[in-house]
This record gives sequence, C-alpha cells and structure tokens, in this order.
Amino acid sequence: MKNRIRIAAGQGFWGDLLDAPVRQVEGGPIDYLMLDYLAEVTMSIMQKQRSRDPNAGYAKDFVPLMKQILPACVERNIRVTANAGGVNVEGCADAVREIARELGLAGRLRVGIVTGDDIMPRLDELLGREIELRNMDTGESLATVRDRIQSANAYLGAWPMVEALNGGAQVVITGRATDTGLTLAPMIHEFGWAPDDWDRLAAGTIAGHIIECGAQASGGNCQYDWRSIPDLADVGFPIADAAPDGTFVITKHEGTGGCVTIPSIKEQLVYEMGDPHEYITPDCVADFTTIQLEDAGPNRVCVYGVKGRPATEFLKVSISYSAGFKAIGTLVYSWPDAYEKAQVGAKILRARLDRLGLQFDEVLTEFVGVNATHGALAGDPPKDIPEVQLRVGVRSENRSAVERFTKEIAPLILTGPPGVTGFAGGRPKVEEIVAYWPALIPKEEIRPKVQVIEA
Amino acid sequence: MQIQLTKLAHARSGDKGDTANVGLIALRDEFYPILVREVTAERVKQHFQGICKGSVERFELANLGALNFLLHESLGGGGTLSLMTDAQGKTFSTALLRMKIEVADKEARSLDLG
Repeated sequence: MKNRIRIAAGQGFWGDLLDAPVRQVEGGPIDYLMLDYLAEVTMSIMQKQRSRDPNAGYAKDFVPLMKQILPACVERNIRVTANAGGVNVEGCADAVREIARELGLAGRLRVGIVTGDDIMPRLDELLGREIELRNMDTGESLATVRDRIQSANAYLGAWPMVEALNGGAQVVITGRATDTGLTLAPMIHEFGWAPDDWDRLAAGTIAGHIIECGAQASGGNCQYDWRSIPDLADVGFPIADAAPDGTFVITKHEGTGGCVTIPSIKEQLVYEMGDPHEYITPDCVADFTTIQLEDAGPNRVCVYGVKGRPATEFLKVSISYSAGFKAIGTLVYSWPDAYEKAQVGAKILRARLDRLGLQFDEVLTEFVGVNATHGALAGDPPKDIPEVQLRVGVRSENRSAVERFTKEIAPLILTGPPGVTGFAGGRPKVEEIVAYWPALIPKEEIRPKVQVIEA
Repeated sequence: MQIQLTKLAHARSGDKGDTANVGLIALRDEFYPILVREVTAERVKQHFQGICKGSVERFELANLGALNFLLHESLGGGGTLSLMTDAQGKTFSTALLRMKIEVADKEARSLDLG
C-alpha cells in the first residue's frame, strides 16, 4: 500500500480551462488526474448530440486531451478518472483506445468503462412498478413530464470505478457518476478502504467536494482578500494529497498562481451546500460539521477529523425534460438619464408585447448596472449613471411567441427613447429549455457494469 | 453601533434548483458568535424580501466558523428555467454581505471594530 497519493483536479466543469489538466500532469508529481465534465443538464445536451450522430454524446474535449497527456500518463503511471463518457461511454472509450493506438501505446494500457447509469430505456418499466421518480424538490409525479423526457441517469458512486482501477485500468471513463466519486475511488483502490469504513469514505468524499470545482478551491472566485491572490492568470488547480487514515492535504503545484489557504478552502466547502450534517452521496453520508482544517505551510491546508455515516438505500437520478422556450434581449442606454430611458424603453416593449397578445409564462425585466444582481438591496443608482443595460427575458411553451419577442427588441432603437445602442449582435436567439428533474431510485434497481479493455 | 457584514465575514453562494445557498464565513473566529446571534434565518428572510419567495433555513458549522443559509424559491425557477442574470445565485453571497447588524459599542471596540 502506498503511504500517500496525490489526486489532481483537471476540470471543474465541461468548458473549464483547457490547459489545466495538461499543467497538472506536467507541473509536478501526481498519481491521479480527476476530470469532472458533467453538470446537471450536460447529459441532455449530449443526448441531443447523439440523436444527430450515433458516435457523439460524450465530452469531445476529452479525446484531444488524452492525445496530449496519455504518453506522460503511461510513462509515469498517472491514472485518470473522468465522467467524460456522458451518454456514450463506449464511444468515448473507443475514441480513447484509438488515440492510444495512434500514439503507439497499444498493449501498454487498459481502459476502464463504467456503464449502467442510463435508465432512459427502462423508464416505463420502472414507473409501471410504482417506482415513481417523483421530483425531489416539488414532489410532482414524473407522469406530468413523461412525454418530454430527454435523458434519465442514475448517479453512480465510487465503487464501480474502484472495480475498474482494481482491474488495472489506466483511464476510467464513466457516464453519470458523482464528481466526488472520481476522487474517492483512487483512495479506496490504493488504501483498501472497506465499504463500511464510513469515516474514511466521508473524508475522501469531502476531498472530492473540495477539488471538484477546480480552481474555485485554489484562489479562483475567492472573496477573502481577493486583491492579494497572486497570479490568477497562471492559477494552479488543486491537488488532494491523501493518506490511508483519511486525512489529506489540499495543495497545488509549486510555482503556480492562486492560493490554497484556510479561507479559500472554507469558501469551497460551503459551496452548493445543503444540510451540512448530511452530504449524501451513493458511497456514504458525510458530516461537514466534523471537518477540521489546519494550516500546513504555504499553499497547504490539512483536512482531518471527518466523520461519516452509512450510505442511504437510494441513488439520485437526474432526468432532463423539454420545458418550453426562452429568449433574452438586451439594449444599452447611455447618459444622460440612462436608467430612466431604459425604464421607458422597457415599458414600451411590454405595451407592444401586450398589444400583440403574446402569452408568456414569465417576463423578466432587469437593468444591468442597477439591480440585476442584488435587486432592491442595491438601492437607487446614482442620478448620473453613465449607462444601463436593459435586459428582458421571456419564457413560454409556445415557440412562436418567443420568436416574435425576439423581433421586438431592435425596433426600440428607432421607435423608443434616445441614446440607445448595443444591438450589433443581431436578434436574440430562441433557446429550447431543457430542465432538470431530480429524483431518487432504490439502489437495488441499478446494476453498474464495469469492463476493463486493452487499448 | 451598526456594522456591515463585509467587516465580519466572507461568503460564497451557489444553487440547487430554485434554492440559493449562501455560506457565510467569519473573517475571525471571534466574529462567529456575533454572526450566530445576529444573522438569524428571520433576518436573512427579511433582508432578501422580494428576492427570496420561500422560506430560509439556517445551519451552523462552528468547526468552520460558518453559517449556511438555504433561500428557497429565489432563482426564478432555477437552472435553465430561470431568466435571471444570476440564475445560479452566485451573487447572493455579496448581497447578504450588504446586511447591517447591531453590535454593542463596547463589544465592537473589544474586537477592534470601532
């Protein structure tokens, strides 16, 4: 058993800094690279891509990234855990194996493939057996959106990934797996933690929570004394340096920008937190009120004392469904009387929408520069405010109403208050809304499948 | 005296559906009891009137010197349904830091806040 392992975060979301994983591999010693690609609605985007092209449906960026780093990973035995597979895990794995062969690495690595999260084909069967998949937030029955569902996936935890690592996988590719599992799995694999070692599983889960948003733990988006955070242009992504007893140190590579400090870690710990006593994952329930932090030198924070409890009998399911259309239009009004002009412009627009008899589920008017982020808490703007952006959004089940709205913005320039500009981008786009439906499913309904294949 | 939370805490916020969460973290350990005493769920609900349309829940994390608030029904439906600029509630953190709380002059002086 190793004494310590270093797990590096390379992507906080699909679209994060492209070079970050490369820099994690090249910037210093690491044992594992974890890459989180899946936000809540990413699966539905991938589902759409796959319906147009059966070879698509996974995080495309992952394949060129592998091309760049795979030789170094094989050379130095850095193993990768990534939920890059989206709705086409096999397709993603095939692409990675092909890259490996192109690089002359055939026979030198194995790819682990974790599937079984996709319950889309089983929905009617599940609903027929009164597994209701009610909305966790609203309690609504799934039947209300059944005909509009685009994807349905259970969140798998760390254990299927552990099986792939035990089978010798250099790169483990999953579909809908928890972001915390990507970090926890290497610890379980290396340190041989038991499935009921709740405190250690909770510790690994918390390590995962800290690094899963990438640089948001190492100085990015950090409020605490933000001016003093050095060289964010060259920000170092976080690394969890973990020990078998469940303690770990969060750090980053030498010579990189950003910072790992107790305040930067605290900010990430509270990010997207619910009830801190119960951070529920497929692997355990972690208690955030037991976490202890200690300064362990420059850019090193030690985390210890974590307590956990047994996992629940359920897995979370993320379902995406089509929920109508929206569009957002903007115009900029300049000094003098910028705010007043923007308000008059908004009124004229609303009167025209009313006269056209357009039905919307919601119309939202915001004045960027005045109240778009803090609402009434921001107070009155200065009288001589140099400019205000009028931002109007509409949402409707009816696409043509939203379409018509997009044609009513530009005319305001020649038919409304003066001093207006900012329409170079053309008409706003109508966007289909793919909404998120969180639900629970009994664990025994989901059978993860793990394959480990030579490249 | 009135003290704005910017002097006492830093914060980060995020979303879960239509619920915004704000983690409020004491800048110094000595400030945490003041936050516990003054920044109640009721005060936060009142502070966010017109923005938070549901209830406010508060959780204490003495180990981190932090409070976690859940502001239900605050994000215009949340996620992709929301039309808001800040559909993910990222700026609720600084919106909370605008709050002013009452601290006795003597206590404020003893904590170098005077």
